Amino acid sequence: MAEKNLLQAIHDGLAEEMRSDESVMILGEDVGRAGGVFRVTQGLQEEFGPERVLDTPLAESLIVGSAIGLSVNGMRPVAEIQFADFIPPAFDQIVNEAAKFYYRSNGAWTVPITIRAPYGVVPGGALYHSQSIEAWFCNTPGLKVVAPTFPADAKAMLKSAIRDPNPVLFLEHKRTYRLIKEDVPEDGHEVPLNKARVHREGGDITVVSYGLMLYTALEVAGKLSEELGIETEVVEPRTLYPMDRETILNSVKKTGKLLVISEANITGSVSGEIAAIVSQEAFEWLDAPVIRLGAPDVPAAAFAKPMMDFFVPSAEKIEAAMLELARY
Amino acid sequence: MATPVTMPQLGESVTEGTITRWLKAEGDEVALDEPLAEVDTDKVNAELPSPFAGTVEKLLVSEGTTVDVGTEIALVAGEESPATEAPPKENTAAEPPTEEFPAAGTEAQPAAGGERQRAVAGTRGSRSGGNGRGTVEDAQTLRLARSSPVVRRLAAEHGVDIREVPGSGVGGRVTKKDIEGHIEQKERAPAGLQEERETFEPPETAASPERLPVHEGDRILDLTPMRRAIAGRMSLSKREAPHAWTMVEADVTGLAALREREKGAFMEREGVKLTYLPFIVRAVVESLKENPILNSVWDGDRIVLRKRINIGVAVDLEEALIVPVIPDADELNVTGLARRIDAVVKRARGSQLSPSDVSGGTFTVNNPGALGSVVSTPIINHPQAAILSAEAVVKRPVVVDDAIAIRSMMNLEVSFDHRILDGGVALRFLNAVKRRLEEYTPESGGS
Repeated sequence: MAEKNLLQAIHDGLAEEMRSDESVMILGEDVGRAGGVFRVTQGLQEEFGPERVLDTPLAESLIVGSAIGLSVNGMRPVAEIQFADFIPPAFDQIVNEAAKFYYRSNGAWTVPITIRAPYGVVPGGALYHSQSIEAWFCNTPGLKVVAPTFPADAKAMLKSAIRDPNPVLFLEHKRTYRLIKEDVPEDGHEVPLNKARVHREGGDITVVSYGLMLYTALEVAGKLSEELGIETEVVEPRTLYPMDRETILNSVKKTGKLLVISEANITGSVSGEIAAIVSQEAFEWLDAPVIRLGAPDVPAAAFAKPMMDFFVPSAEKIEAAMLELARY
Repeated sequence: MATPVTMPQLGESVTEGTITRWLKAEGDEVALDEPLAEVDTDKVNAELPSPFAGTVEKLLVSEGTTVDVGTEIALVAGEESPATEAPPKENTAAEPPTEEFPAAGTEAQPAAGGERQRAVAGTRGSRSGGNGRGTVEDAQTLRLARSSPVVRRLAAEHGVDIREVPGSGVGGRVTKKDIEGHIEQKERAPAGLQEERETFEPPETAASPERLPVHEGDRILDLTPMRRAIAGRMSLSKREAPHAWTMVEADVTGLAALREREKGAFMEREGVKLTYLPFIVRAVVESLKENPILNSVWDGDRIVLRKRINIGVAVDLEEALIVPVIPDADELNVTGLARRIDAVVKRARGSQLSPSDVSGGTFTVNNPGALGSVVSTPIINHPQAAILSAEAVVKRPVVVDDAIAIRSMMNLEVSFDHRILDGGVALRFLNAVKRRLEEYTPESGGS
């Protein structure tokens, strides 16, 4: 078992699936000759040829539309949207076609496509390279939305996504690509698309988070445990839609206190859905109001660093919210 | 009966306020929301509206005085019927409240029969709360009764009057932990076994023990917190768990050769010494899966089988012993275990373990063999079901196929809680560990 970052883990997941299943292929902008803007697909065109690692025009609707057509003809395409911010041109293909095809064809056709999309704030990313777009897709039945954070999970879940008969939107937080490293099992490690993960157990408060915010929350949770003895249970949904409610509810029923953190604009966010589930189904276990932390309702993370830093919930803000809940 | 008016929190992060001027004198009538005083804070200057109607009975704070938020500043006697008088405040509540607690904004509830019903009425009352205006409940009472859903549910289930519970939350709020503690105390008290189970200290360290005579030249070591913790845990385990013990011999000649062959390359590749321990832990983890009863805890009147396999590894520090935990050890292979063990041992030796590093263990592996031991009877890491000891690998003459051969032998022992399991399953487990360790050959794949 070797230590890998998120990029390498996703690369390996793609390569292994392509080796074991000839119908798996990749298409997207710059994925072939250039090896992807983040180097995720580097070397894959050399290994599998230009037809299985296909460079496409800058046309997201075409990328997803072609993937759908290929999938109903026996392929298992992995479509890459270079930045999640550019997914809106493909919205109709994803929401109206891919997600509804099985239903519309009365079960005759499945659409086993995976759409990879890097999301989230990075320094200098600003308007078109920073957005968190998960909420747009998390009320579309027929679609699965997956957002793993750690490399081992990402690799295993990418494989599950490729093998899944449903269209899966696979979100990768750009800032964590090289930030998070861990031992990634070589083979056979499987993570289903319907299970949340409890990263650390604790009896005082529950934090639900994903992406970069999960990483920050885990660090703050460690600090509060060490310095103040506040034990935080940190839960990562891993799949945002449909979500593993049970794991979240079990945790909140234990602690009575919930903080939900994401980097998305707060209104209408996935965090809001989590808060709603908990207030409806664990009301009589709650010992404090559910708190959400997220980005303010402004169009985008700014280019200017101080404003970008304000946009993303910081470790300090997360700590303050956790303390507020713990003391409530 | 007069009700106190407290200094309100006039804005976020404001912690104190100054009474600049009283607008009412003692004896004056005051209406609901009528200004009572002028208050200065570092954020705002404001008039303080009276939270209820009545007669100003006493001004407790003189003009110009700065007081903390929440401090009582005046007493106002209610003008309404005595039935709605506020119950005694918590800090004066030596005598139990005699009044029924009325729902805010409604008439006082008739006194219900029985303690439990009364408490339920009290908590339910606040649920149907109204806006609280026009009543003479003081703010603290309202806050205590306007509790979170879980506190209300627990209060109703256990017949607790929330006002009886001292609150540790913000503004004196009764938290879930407060009420759980209260219920536990209340339900335990009559049975008279208050101190049982709470005490982790061995009896001899309890307050003012009878001392042994000290002779000239003797030295006295005060207990370090860690020594005290070890003493407590060990005594507890030996007192609570009936220990049974058994041992097998494993022929690890193949494993010893494998390690000898691989250790140089492993060190170079992984930067970590290849010891027997990760092989042992790996064998233990796999054998625990076959014998899950060993991965369980004794819980009073039941046994809890743990799903996760978190392996504690006993680490000898110079003057103490600590057991850091490798969580989900079943997800790691030998290399992964070697690295994780190395990292956690280094943290232990550098006193850098976090509380999470030493909690959550479900089974413990003891490795006295590293110190040369060939037999030991370990004490179970309470409340776990068992502990395994792996002894030193030593070359011994043994009989193989009716001939005497020189083989590398290792003793494996397990101490187990005989309440949870019996010798049969303990030996099945031990033999499974033995079989796995004996299966290694010099040609076994590394990783």
